[in-house]
Amino acid sequence: MVFTINVNGDAHRVDVDGDTPLLWVLRDVLGMTGTKFGCGMALCGSCTVHIDGTARRSCITTIGSIGTAPITTIEAIGATPAGAKIQKAWLDGEVVQCGYCQSGQIMSASTLLANNPHPSDLDIDNAMSGNICRCGTYVRIREAIKRAARTNKKGG
Amino acid sequence: MMPGTAPRASDTNLSRRGFLIAGVAVGGGLMLSLPLGRSEAAHPESFAPNAFIRIDTDGRVVLTMPYVEMGQGTYTSIPMLIAEELDVNLTQVRLEHAPPNERVYANPMLGVQATGKSNAIRGAWKPLREAGATARIMLVAAAAKRWGVEARSCRTQDGEVIHVLTRRRLKYGELAVEAAKMPVPGNVTLKPPKDFKLIGTPSKRLDAPAKVNGTAVYSIDARPPGVKIATLTQSPVFGGRVKSVDDRAAKAVNGVRQIIRLDDAVAVVADHMGAAKKGLAALKIEWDNGPHATLTTEAIARELDQATLRSGAVAQSIGDADKAMAGATTKVEATYQVPFLAHATMEPMNCTVHLRQDACEVWIGSQAMAHVQAMAAKAAGLPPEKVIVHNHLIGGGFGRRLEADGAVRAVQIAQHVDGPVKVVWTREEDIQHDMYRPYWFDRVSAGLDEQGRPVAWKNRFAGSSVIARLVPPGFKDGVDPDSTEGAIDLVYDLPNVRVEYIRVEPPGIPTAFWRSAGPSHNVFVTESFIDELAAAAKQDAVAYRRTLLDKSPRAKAVLDLAATKAGWGQALPKGGGRGVSLQYVFGSYLAQVAEVEVSKEGDVRVRRVVCAVDCGTVVNPDTVQAQIQSGIIFGATAALHGEITLNNGRVEQTNFDTYQMLRMNEAPAIEVHVVKSAEPPGGMGETGTSAIVPAIANAIFAATGKRLRKMPIDASVLKRPA
Repeated sequence: MVFTINVNGDAHRVDVDGDTPLLWVLRDVLGMTGTKFGCGMALCGSCTVHIDGTARRSCITTIGSIGTAPITTIEAIGATPAGAKIQKAWLDGEVVQCGYCQSGQIMSASTLLANNPHPSDLDIDNAMSGNICRCGTYVRIREAIKRAARTNKKGG
Repeated sequence: MMPGTAPRASDTNLSRRGFLIAGVAVGGGLMLSLPLGRSEAAHPESFAPNAFIRIDTDGRVVLTMPYVEMGQGTYTSIPMLIAEELDVNLTQVRLEHAPPNERVYANPMLGVQATGKSNAIRGAWKPLREAGATARIMLVAAAAKRWGVEARSCRTQDGEVIHVLTRRRLKYGELAVEAAKMPVPGNVTLKPPKDFKLIGTPSKRLDAPAKVNGTAVYSIDARPPGVKIATLTQSPVFGGRVKSVDDRAAKAVNGVRQIIRLDDAVAVVADHMGAAKKGLAALKIEWDNGPHATLTTEAIARELDQATLRSGAVAQSIGDADKAMAGATTKVEATYQVPFLAHATMEPMNCTVHLRQDACEVWIGSQAMAHVQAMAAKAAGLPPEKVIVHNHLIGGGFGRRLEADGAVRAVQIAQHVDGPVKVVWTREEDIQHDMYRPYWFDRVSAGLDEQGRPVAWKNRFAGSSVIARLVPPGFKDGVDPDSTEGAIDLVYDLPNVRVEYIRVEPPGIPTAFWRSAGPSHNVFVTESFIDELAAAAKQDAVAYRRTLLDKSPRAKAVLDLAATKAGWGQALPKGGGRGVSLQYVFGSYLAQVAEVEVSKEGDVRVRRVVCAVDCGTVVNPDTVQAQIQSGIIFGATAALHGEITLNNGRVEQTNFDTYQMLRMNEAPAIEVHVVKSAEPPGGMGETGTSAIVPAIANAIFAATGKRLRKMPIDASVLKRPA
């Protein structure tokens, strides 16, 4: 079946079954490999993308359920104000190690910051505990989110 | 460069001095070749370089060497060593993956081409700085000759030679060809630490930008033209066979191209992973489970337990432990057990293979490229030089990617596919067909004198030897250096010691290195047991250890620092406790204090970890911090959640719901304090992992009075009566 999806501002026509997870359409059909496969069951967060500005696990989001909702992936998150701040904070704080989970971490952190300019520790726990990092960069992720938040205006 | 060949200098103009060859690089420029870390001095005729430094005519410095980047920051800290002595900016140095070639690129400490055992910096520390200094002297000589001045009237800075008096400057790139013809200096003087500009200063990771914008390429991202995607299911019982396959429903799935039946696995080849997974789920497979169909973890544990009742190969013997034990005032005995563990790298196992009539191309992220090449060649029935291996960034190694089983599997599948095929394991397959950290069983005892001081120490343990399988010459007289690391050569002053190892290879479950390897087990045992001795002697855990450290000042210093920074001895809220651990493994001294909180239900939270480390000279301080933070989370994950169990020969855990990882909400605050040292660098990638497990167990003892001798932590044991 043919679907037209809107990824990072571009329309793409893909011919796959409606129950195909978005993750594989992005990676294997469209060749956008920045979004990563980790578990296939929404347990690790590596595949996180934004659909309509909300963080979603693309490994369990079927292509047939998306319609025309705009999809944003790691390849374009730097074009959003929150995404750019998060990426900069990640570099300034030397967060990455193997880096494999970081696309998903950055996507989760970007939505958090876009919706909550000054997240508390608990807010960070709630937004980020769905993302596993096997290199254990959690301490630095927390610091980086706070660093990015400091660039937001008070009360904003 | 041809795959399988090493970079080379052209045959003319070779100049050799000591253990370094200089010459004109193919394509122009200066090429230095050197052996990393080997004892060539004893056999000068067998000079075999394994690292290559090329200074191009555009001034860029390219280093080719065998270590790989898997998150540990090696690609940033290794170039720092050369840049420091060469006087170039770090940005001018590029590090290239070495092509697979076991003979040329063998790791000096492992004897095979591999990145592991925390020894990249340890092996490279002296030779790479010497190479940088040598190149600098040759560049200066070339400039001095061109200007007709004395070399000592010149200095170097930021990739240029400067004639001080006339302020003339020449860039290294302009001098590279002439420098190659200069004599190689016999002796070079290395910078004293006070003159270091890069070493010891935090440097930004060179690989970070690509890892925050989705452009970093791991092997799972490889997309050679026309690639098909395959996924697979392997016999759920190790050693089982496929009996029959009903693939009618799988073949009907849109996008599925091919079903491949192997002896012990079935693969589905498709246009994309979504179709491949759907096809896999639709397969009906009957298995012949083979000889291990009833195997359980309990049976393996019993076998290891029994093995420790026999005497084993002597790993270390000091004094007379039996005699001292007989004369001791108090005797303490215990048994300890640690479980099988999976690596669960975030990037699931994957490998892409394009098999042609007379050649094979492999896309993989490997810690041991030459091993991959050899194993893939064997599986393909080709000579190794016909196998081209493209290595990639590694989405987590931890020892898993020292193994070549994934490459072999991919070749077996590619033998049935026209064109390239990417074999991606599901997470379930990744966890259920890992090669696991061995299960270990330890029987320990100690004798104390009237003051509570240990006069006898005995430790006999049984488990699998990974070295014996992977690097057979390393297993000698019944012991190997990995299985015993952390169990022998303890930091403590113990007058009578006997440590014995019994190699037992459990049937039906493959084993492999796992981050912190032998010490992942040994440090848990020794540091828990020394804690038991402190308790038996009714002494404070830190004070007790201190009395045994008079001969080990570096160990005492890290212990004191960790205790002070952690506020050792200060009161904690009810349910809270502090535990300490101390170790010397991978060439680094490290002490940790963990602070835990145990709830009424027995749930353990690790609130804070304070770590003090003496890893000798620090090359990149930020990498040291990052690696310890990382190692602590990795070890705490194992202590709190990690356990692979077998029932009916099958691994019971499947995904991150049943094989849980520590997450953001459970992550402790971590403080790392580094002791300044001018000693050679120690390893950092694994040392945080082995130390945290006993620190947590000892903290639980402090909080609850319960001694946990079996990992992982069992909350039901810690539950307080209502």
